[in-house]
Parts: sequence; C-alpha cells; structure tokens
Amino acid sequence: MIVDKITVLRQAFPYLLQGAGMTIRLTFFAVMIGIAIGTILGLARVSRNKLFKGLAKAYIEFFRGTPLLIQLFLLYYGLPNLGIDIQSHVAAILGLGLNSGAYVGEIVRSGINAIDTGQMEAARSLGMSYPQAMKYVILPQAIKQVVPPLGNEFIALLKDSSLVSVIAVRDLTRQGRLIISRTYESFLIFTAVAALYFVMTFIMTRLVNYAERRLNVGD
Amino acid sequence: MSVIKVEDLHKSFGDLEVLSGIDEEIKQGEVVVVIGPSGSGKSTFLRCLNRLEEITAGKVWIDEEQINSLEVDINKIRQETGMVFQHFNLFPHKNVLENITLAPVKVKGVEPKQAEKIAYDLLDKVGLRDKASSYPQQLSGGQKQRIAIARALAMQPKVMLFDEPTSALDPEMVGDVLEVMKALAEEGMTMVVVTHEMGFAREVGDRVLFMDQGLIVEVGPPEQIFGNPQQERTQEFLAKIL
Ligand SMILES: Nc1ncnc2c1ncn2[C@@H]1O[C@H](COP(=O)(O)OP(=O)(O)OP(=O)(O)O)[C@@H](O)[C@H]1O
Ligand SMILES: [Mg+2]
Repeated sequence: MIVDKITVLRQAFPYLLQGAGMTIRLTFFAVMIGIAIGTILGLARVSRNKLFKGLAKAYIEFFRGTPLLIQLFLLYYGLPNLGIDIQSHVAAILGLGLNSGAYVGEIVRSGINAIDTGQMEAARSLGMSYPQAMKYVILPQAIKQVVPPLGNEFIALLKDSSLVSVIAVRDLTRQGRLIISRTYESFLIFTAVAALYFVMTFIMTRLVNYAERRLNVGD
Repeated sequence: MSVIKVEDLHKSFGDLEVLSGIDEEIKQGEVVVVIGPSGSGKSTFLRCLNRLEEITAGKVWIDEEQINSLEVDINKIRQETGMVFQHFNLFPHKNVLENITLAPVKVKGVEPKQAEKIAYDLLDKVGLRDKASSYPQQLSGGQKQRIAIARALAMQPKVMLFDEPTSALDPEMVGDVLEVMKALAEEGMTMVVVTHEMGFAREVGDRVLFMDQGLIVEVGPPEQIFGNPQQERTQEFLAKIL
C-alpha cells in the first residue's frame, strides 16, 4: 500500500517539478510586466495630467472589477476569434501581467502619496524638474513603502497563476491534474501540489523580507 | 538694481484670496524680514517668489526675469532662488553630503568631485563638516536646518528665501541657525526671511514688512517698525508678540 504510494509519488515528482518550473516562469514574467505597467499607472495616477489620470483609473477599474479567469479566456479564446493567434503560455503571462499591473499601480500610487509633500517641494525648489524630483527624491523613498505590499501582491499572483491551468498551460496545477487522470490518486497528488506551492510562496516570502531589510539599511 | 520685484501680486486658493495686491522691490544684498499674524499670507508670498505657488495675477521678476511669463524656464529660476523650509525637508534616503551635492550634479551638471568640494566648503561654513556621512535622522533639528541651508547654497543662488527656519527648533538650537543666517547676510546675500525672531529682525534686517490679510500694511527699517510703528494694525500685532 504505502510502497505503491511512494512509487506513484516518485514517478509523478519530475512532472510536478516541471509544472512548478512553468509556474515560476509564468509568475516571473508576469511580475515583470506587472511592475512595468504598475509603475506607469502609478505615475499617471499622481500626475496632474487629467487624461493620463483618467486612462490609468479606467484601466485599474477594469482589471480589478472583472475576474482574472474571464480575462484569461478573453485573451486565449477571445483574441483568436478576432483573427489574432496567441499561444497559451503567452496568453497566461499576458493575462497575469496585465491583471497584476492594475494592483501594482494602486500600490505605487499609495507609495508615492505616502511621501511628505515637502520632499517634492524641496526638490523642485532646488531647480529639479518634476521627472528629476520623482527619479532622485520621491521614487527611491516610495520603494520602501512599496516593497511589503508588492511582495504580498506577487505571492498572491503566484497562487492565482494556478488559474491558467484551464487554458492548457502546463503549470503545476495542470500537471497535477494530468497525473491524477492517470493514477486516480487525487488526495496524494493534490497534497504534493499544495506542498510545492507552499515551498514556492515560502521562499518568496523570505526573499521579500530580505529585500525589505536591505532597503531599510541606512535608517 | 532690484533682485526681486513684485507688482500687484494676487494669489487665490479657489475662492479664498490670500494675497490681495502686493508691491515690493528688494535690492541686491538686502535682508528683508516678513512678519505678521498667522494666516496673513507670509508663506504664500514667499512661495510665489519661486512659484512653488502658482501666481494668480500680477507680476514677479527675479533678477530682471519675469518668472510668471509663459516662456520662462521655472527650473532655471529656482536654481537662483534657494529656499529653506520650516521642516527642513532634507532627503532622508541620502546622507548629508549627498543631500548637498544631488542638485548641483543632477541639475547643473557639476562634476561630482567639484560638487563635493563645494559641499565641504559649505559644511565648514555651517560648522558641520564632521556630519558629512551622517543621515538626516541622525541629526538634531538645528543641524538639519543648517544642512538644509548648505543644500540651498550649493546651487549658488542669488536670493535665499527662508520660511520660519527656526520655528520647529528647540530654543537652544535657534541660535546656531540664526548665526549661520547672519553670516550669510554679512556676505551680502539677498534674503527674504519670514520669522518670529524679532531679535534677528532688528539686528540683521534692513527692512521689515508687516503683512496682514494678504497685504503689506507697513514697511520700514526695523527701528521704525519696532520703535515707532505708524499703522494701528502693526501696533496691535507688536503689542501682542513683544
Ligand atoms: N494650499 C492651500 N490651499 C488652500 N488654502 C491655503 C493653502 N495654503 C495656504 N492657504 C490659506 O492661505 C492663507 C494664508 O496662508 P499662509 O500659509 O500664507 O499664512 P502665513 O502668514 O504663512 O501663516 P503662518 O504664520 O501660520 O505660517 C491661510 O488662510 C491658509 O489657510
Ligand atoms: Mg507660514
């Protein structure tokens, strides 16, 4: 009995690891897209330009106000309908990244808003342009505010990435389900899948804590 | 020649008119002290001089250049008008040396080595050379304010604007900061100082402006304003604070 289970697990493990690798890659690229989009959205939200502000707000409201699953369906099944072919893992990265960008945008915005207005005034009074003041004075300080919530966002993203298993991406969740369809060992395999997700979020939490500590040097 | 010229300056925040027509000329090397009750518009007046507040109407010239015309490069103007704030506003993520060299290097393109040399000279001037590698949070209020003055001076401005530079300090720190300002005045810096330090106004000020309700009510040398004020509102204000 137990020997059987161990054998199943041993045979399943390489496939699960492959899936975990895919999950990590998806999350990594989605995080990159999320940071890029979120930074632009955050800056637009605090700018004085009404158009940028409005567009950023609309973007954020759309992505936060609709389910991630539907966003993934729109990209993977919707785009081909419009004549745009898209590979499943591209749709997955794009969907996760665009979605995460909205949340990161709000984090960046509140990080910037947390900086005392006197900082911007001091920088401008020295002759810095608005972009210079942002780059050299505001953003370096905002980063400290932003890292903890950003870390939480990316851990959530890693977990949410299991949704992409429904658009045929061979991530950890999908690999687990494939193995179960052959072995019928639902409890065992899902436990292993959960354990692997846990290991990944655990490591990510440590990395975030480490980044936080590094940023607080000099205080 | 006047370094600062203000003509019929008006400033409103929404419906609230805070400055209601200010006319003033400040000459090269003059030290002008601005006094007046809370809410009279002193800070707003000062902040209009480097356009930290947008000017609603009227004209302001710094060094013959109208700063509220459309063509003007405000970042250029601000390099010439150093400002010192009540709450210092040092950059907490930069050490003292970096606080002072940041703007010269990034804005003016001064060589980092050269900027550091200027910074050390200024640190000598404010008596804080040994704090070059400290961070702002490691300094006392008085030290922070002296660094803030050095930071503004590093841009080699033509004018220095001070908005209650000693109001946030413990009493025993005030003297050090006023000493630095006095030395600056003696070197011939053109200064506009909003302050409640009447001793400083008397000793260092060339002229005192008394503001109330968005207007300059009375202007004169310190002896006149403090010794023999002409306006009733000036008399009332001084009676309250002296
Ligand atoms: N950003 C702003 N928005 C709206 N009202 C403002 C703003 N800044 C200043 N005010 C108002 O303008 C008036 C003048 O303010 P100001 O700060 O210039 O006064 P002050 O003479 O410097 O006073 P204090 O001695 O208290 O510093 C006050 O009624 C103030 O509430
Ligand atoms: Mg004030």
